[in-house]
Parts: sequence; C-alpha cells; structure tokens
Amino acid sequence: MATVQTKLYEKESEELISGSEAIGIACALADVDVITAYPIRPYDTVMQYVSRLKADGAFDFDYIIAESEHSQFEIVKHASAVGARTFTGSSGVGWFYAFEAITVTAGLRMPVVAMVGNRALDDPGAFGVEHNDALAVRDLGWHLYWVATAQEALDMALIAYKVAEDPRVLLPFALSCDGSFLTHSQAIVQVPSRDQVEKFLPPYKRGKLQLHPDNPITVAPQVNEDWLMEIRKQTDEAMRRTPEVIKEAYEEFREIFGRGDPSPFIEEYMCEDAEIIVVGMGTLAMPTRVAIRRMREAGKKVGFLRVKFFRPFPAEELQKALGNAKGVAVIDRDYSYGSPSYGGVLFHELRSTMYPMDKRPVMLNFIAGLGGREVMVGDIEQIVETTQTAIDTGKIEQETTWVSVRE
Amino acid sequence: MATRAVEVVYRGIFQRTLARNIVRNIVFAARKDGKIGTAFGRYSDSPERNGIPAKQFAVVSDTALELEESLAVYEATAVDVTINLDDAMCKGIESWAWYGLQPINELTKPGGTLIVTSRQDAPSLLEDIHQKDSSYGLAIIPSTVSFSGLWVYKDDHTDMRVLGAICKVCPDLVSLKAMLVSIEEQTGNEAKVSSAQRAFDRTTSRPVEPGEGNTETPFSFDMPGWKTMEEGVVIRALPQGGGFRGGDEGYQPGRSEVFKKWSTRSMRPVINFDTCIKCTLCWLQCPDTCFDITPDGLYDANMESCCGCGVCEAVCPVPDCITMVGEAEFNDNNSQWDAWTADKDSYNKWMIPLVEKQKSEVRTHGFHHVGGYDEEINAEED
Repeated sequence: MATVQTKLYEKESEELISGSEAIGIACALADVDVITAYPIRPYDTVMQYVSRLKADGAFDFDYIIAESEHSQFEIVKHASAVGARTFTGSSGVGWFYAFEAITVTAGLRMPVVAMVGNRALDDPGAFGVEHNDALAVRDLGWHLYWVATAQEALDMALIAYKVAEDPRVLLPFALSCDGSFLTHSQAIVQVPSRDQVEKFLPPYKRGKLQLHPDNPITVAPQVNEDWLMEIRKQTDEAMRRTPEVIKEAYEEFREIFGRGDPSPFIEEYMCEDAEIIVVGMGTLAMPTRVAIRRMREAGKKVGFLRVKFFRPFPAEELQKALGNAKGVAVIDRDYSYGSPSYGGVLFHELRSTMYPMDKRPVMLNFIAGLGGREVMVGDIEQIVETTQTAIDTGKIEQETTWVSVRE
Repeated sequence: MATRAVEVVYRGIFQRTLARNIVRNIVFAARKDGKIGTAFGRYSDSPERNGIPAKQFAVVSDTALELEESLAVYEATAVDVTINLDDAMCKGIESWAWYGLQPINELTKPGGTLIVTSRQDAPSLLEDIHQKDSSYGLAIIPSTVSFSGLWVYKDDHTDMRVLGAICKVCPDLVSLKAMLVSIEEQTGNEAKVSSAQRAFDRTTSRPVEPGEGNTETPFSFDMPGWKTMEEGVVIRALPQGGGFRGGDEGYQPGRSEVFKKWSTRSMRPVINFDTCIKCTLCWLQCPDTCFDITPDGLYDANMESCCGCGVCEAVCPVPDCITMVGEAEFNDNNSQWDAWTADKDSYNKWMIPLVEKQKSEVRTHGFHHVGGYDEEINAEED
C-alpha cells in the first residue's frame, strides 16, 4: 500500500491553494492508494496538483490516467473492491460519460470519494459552474456535498473518507465544487498534520466484503426481479444510517481540528429571527452573506441558509430552520426543464420538505448564475424584495424567476 | 476601506508563471503584515491560449470579513494597481472570451497606478493607453517583454522587480519589509531580494491627468438577449465577400462586424509591395483570411483580422517581402496598401529601415527582444 514518504505535512501549516489543490492535499493526508484521472475542466486542476505531489515524491500512490471517464470510474470501483482507498473525479459531460460506472459504484457499496468540479453541460461549450452535473447522482445512493471554500474542501474530503468507508455505510461520496469560484481561486488554507489526520481517519477496512484470494467472493452477479428490491432496500438502509455516521464523524473532526460549523448538514447565517431566508448551495454563500449583512444593516430581517449535504437531504434540519420564516427564496444554480413549477432541483426538494409542515412559508424559486455567471449582491437584494412582495400581497405572481438573464 | 486589489495583465501561457509568481507573492507578503488575501486568475481566460491577453488578480484585506466583502464581486471591477507585462497591450486587452477591446487602465481606480514593463517612455506609451476621466499614476519598469518562468527562459527577476515597484506605488497593499522577508522565505535567493529592493528604490510614478492619452473610443458591442438570439446554438456563416472595398476588382472576404482584432497579436506583417511577385501563398495560407486582394493584384493584410501568427512571413518566397514587426511600432490598424498607394517613397522610407531593424533582433513566439537579457542586465548595471 502507498505511503507518504516525505516530510511534508509533518506539522500543521498554512498554504495558499485553490479548492482543487486543497482536495489534492487531503488525498495525500488520507494516504489514498489509487487515483484515476481523465482531464476535463475544471476538475483537471486536482489532477495537475496530485501529479505534482507524486512527481515531487510528496505523495506515493498508484496514478492511472484512464482513456476515458468511464474507465476512470470503473478502475476506482474495482480498486475499492480489493480494499484500496480511492479518489477520482470529473466535471460536466465527463462526469456524465462515466455514468454507468458511477451508478454501479453505489450499487456495489464502494466507498469511492470523487470530486465533481461543477461545470455547465455542453453543448454549447461552457466551462462555468452549473449544478446539474453533480445533481444527476441524487437518486443513485451517492453522498452529495456542496463545498463553499477551499478550507471546507480539504476538511470535507477527510470527513468524506471517514463516512463513506464506515462499515455501517459503505456508500460513495461526491464532493461538489463550483468551477472557477472554488476550483481556481487560491485562498489561505490551514493544512493539518499527518498525525492529526491519522488520529481522525482509520485505514479503510472492507472486511469480509473485500475481494481477495484469501476471501473468495463474487461481486455483482446477475439478479432480476427475485432479488433486486431487497438489494435496493439494503442501499436505502445504508443511506438512512449515514446521517448519524456523518454527525459522529463531524463532531470528532471538530474536536481534533477545532474547525467547522455547528451542523454538518446546513450552514445558518443570521437565520435565527429572519423573516425571509435565502437558500442556496456552494460558493453562492459569499455574495449572499455580504448582501444579508447589508440588508441587516438596513434593518431587514433576512438570513441565509446554505444546504451543504444534498444527499442525504437534511429534511429535519431544514424544516426546523425554515419553519418560522415567512418567506423562503431558493436560489438554484441548476434547472430542471419541465419540472412541476418549471424551476430548479433544490427548490423542488425543499418545497417537498416543507409540505408536511402545519405552517408553510411562502416559497419562491430563483434561477441564477448558470454557466458561471456571477450572482451579485444586488441580485440577492432583488430576490429578497420579490419575496417580500409575495409575503405582503399574499400572492405569488411567478413561482420561478430567472435572475439577470438578458431579454 | 482596507482592501487593496491588484491585477496582472499578461500574455497567456508565455507569462503565466510570471503573473502567478507576482499575485502569490503579494498574498504571502501580506500575510507577513498580518493581512489576509486571495489570488486567482480570470476563469474566462483559461485554458489559456499562447500569447492571448489574460489576467490574474491578488486581493488583500485587513480581515477575512473585509476580504469577503470585496470578493462578493469575484472579478474585481476596480483595482489599486494594474500591472502590464507586455507594453503592446497598452493598446487594450482582447481576451479570447471576447469582450471587445478593454483599455489597459479600465479597472485602475482614480489615484491608482498602472505599472508597465517597457523600453518605451511615458509619452510613447500614452499614445496607446486610452484616456480616463480621472487621474492615475503611470510607472515604468525598464524591461523588455519577459518570459521568465516559462520552461527554458531565463529567470530575469521581472517578477521581483514588479513586486518591489508595487510596494512603492501602493504602500497600503503590503510593506516593503514584509515583501522582502516573504521573497527571502519563498525563494531563498538574496539576489531576488535585492532586485525587489532596487526596483523599489528606482520606481517613480508619473501622474496621468484626466483626458491624457489615446482619445479613441475602444471597440465594444452589445450582447443579444434570449428573445433575439437565434435558437439551436447556431451562428450564421459570414457572407462570401466580393470586390476590394466594395468595388468590382480584387477580392475581399466577408468579415465579422463584431469579432475584430487589436492587441491579440504581438506582431504584424509589414509588406514590401514593390518586391511582391503575387504568388498567392500568403493569401492561401493565412489561417484568418486576413489578406485582401487589391485591384492591382497585391495582397493587403487587414489588421482587423490578423492575429499575428507569422505564417505569411514563413511561406513568402521573396526575401524580406513580408516581415513580422513588433506591435509597439504601430498605433493604428490602417491599411499599408493605402499608405503605399498614396506615396510610395514615404512608405518605403518608413518600411525598409523598420524591416532592417527587425532582422537584427532575436525573436521568439512573435515577441521581439525575448532572450535579450544581456542587454537588459547591462542596462541595469549602468
């Protein structure tokens, strides 16, 4: 098995790195055994970084550049079956090209950790962020987490291994990282020491599920109607167990590293007494927090809630956090053509989450920042104003609004 | 406001490492001053194309909260210091994600500074630099276009000189002391520390008054909305074209009204019409169909289409008939054939010495002077 051989990361350090580079360092700290890669922007930045770590002798691992994304994901699935800790990733249509392999990875309970560098789905060619690529795994049994900062990328990559490899879970973990805003900007990141990480992250042990000559097993035979429902139910139960495992891992992380929000699932910013809560995912947090602060200064009771885990979807936490608001404005950096209210994926999940509540807030959907277009402070203020009007008039003129689209 | 922003304008790929060294060192040095910062490239510039203008930014604040405030707009709309690593881009910046022609000082704040690495003097640069409504400073670091940090090119300390100059023109960004400590830590190289120190000592900023500079209006265009755009992600082909300048004779291909070229190129062909044998090779081989066929059967390179690749020079069988000349020599996109037709003697008096001068210079990737470090180091020592 691979080992980290150099003196890197012996002590805690501070680095100026991008979100992708932070995940590369997390791979080194987690002593990942197998990494597969196939270039596509913006995910390829992590590829470049781990190659450099390998070339520098800082991180020893089997690095396989596959001939396509499909093979890339197949290889880590198999490596995971024999007990190797694995990392891979892709973006946009590359992620889609791997989809057959992505599907079976969850079905076979392989705790692969993957980074999705969120990118618009071509054609037309576009490198900027949209969340539709990563969202496509939402029904497959993958964990799906949206990262907001480079620090969070590093921290969550470590937590991802701990959760995914937990024997109670054994489900793959996708770290969704907004292209450009996260993958390409360099921020100051606290890099933990290897000792700290070793204390936190035990080795990956697949136990009696490990494919090995000493443990002869067959993985993935043909099953039809006689077996499949039971297998699906097993995966479902694993996904239902994972929130507890996430909470445990997160608490332990906070204790050892002294970082992290109170909740692993959501981040609440000035939500406590907020009448209107803006909800979004990923790096949208930055302009939104600034807008919230400005509106608070003007006396408006507004807050921001960042959904971090999309799968498992933190329904209970969200019901609690949004239950007292008068209005909820959901920003989607994705879109679902022909969906119930011609809106975004996050919006529909949230509206469904709030349906059983006795008191339901006014809920509006805003489609913004597609293809990497910047969501500005003024956009957020406008969104809040539109929501306020709906609350005041008691009438929803339009459920879904496209923000800053040229007519 | 205790936030300061710097942009570095550079030639894609060729000067990428150089730009990266500058923005990263700013953030490292700011840490020494107890500040916090971030460094990033303009995403729409990448993947970078060889020589196509690109930008990187460094933003430094006193606190994380202030940094977040300024990053609410990811791509800075105003910067305290603009650094231009190739003086030809004083004519404006053309990104490959096409925004028209952006003046080099477009983001430079009132009272900010534009730092240019150049062998030209301020009046010469200001012929190219577009005028602004507010005053700002212009500082010149005497240097040719540097490829420092790119593979086999020598490390000529251009990054260090820029860093020293920044500390001089924008002391609130980062202190010289912090910068020197940081350079020492990052590079372990005393010579680099002294390069930064020397640049600090020597840099002076010349005030540029409102309205001073190039008075031309830079090219811009409006982007259509979803109601007016054609569906199906379709772009109509350009019309085939017709006679030269709309006449019956010669030929001129149809050209985009919107997508034109200015500072994309770092050199352009200069043509000796008297020696042209009309072999058609430049016209055939030009990847951008930039040659217009004149009524007299000559080939006039249209500067709104030329990307400066130099293929025409390479395929031309006549010695010195087509010579690629550095963009610093030009202030417009005017037709050479027009000038030659109007007054052949004056044209040749301008063209022949220019071609002779180019022949004596070392040239790489279309950049003249690159690799001419001996000259530069000697000048430094004077």
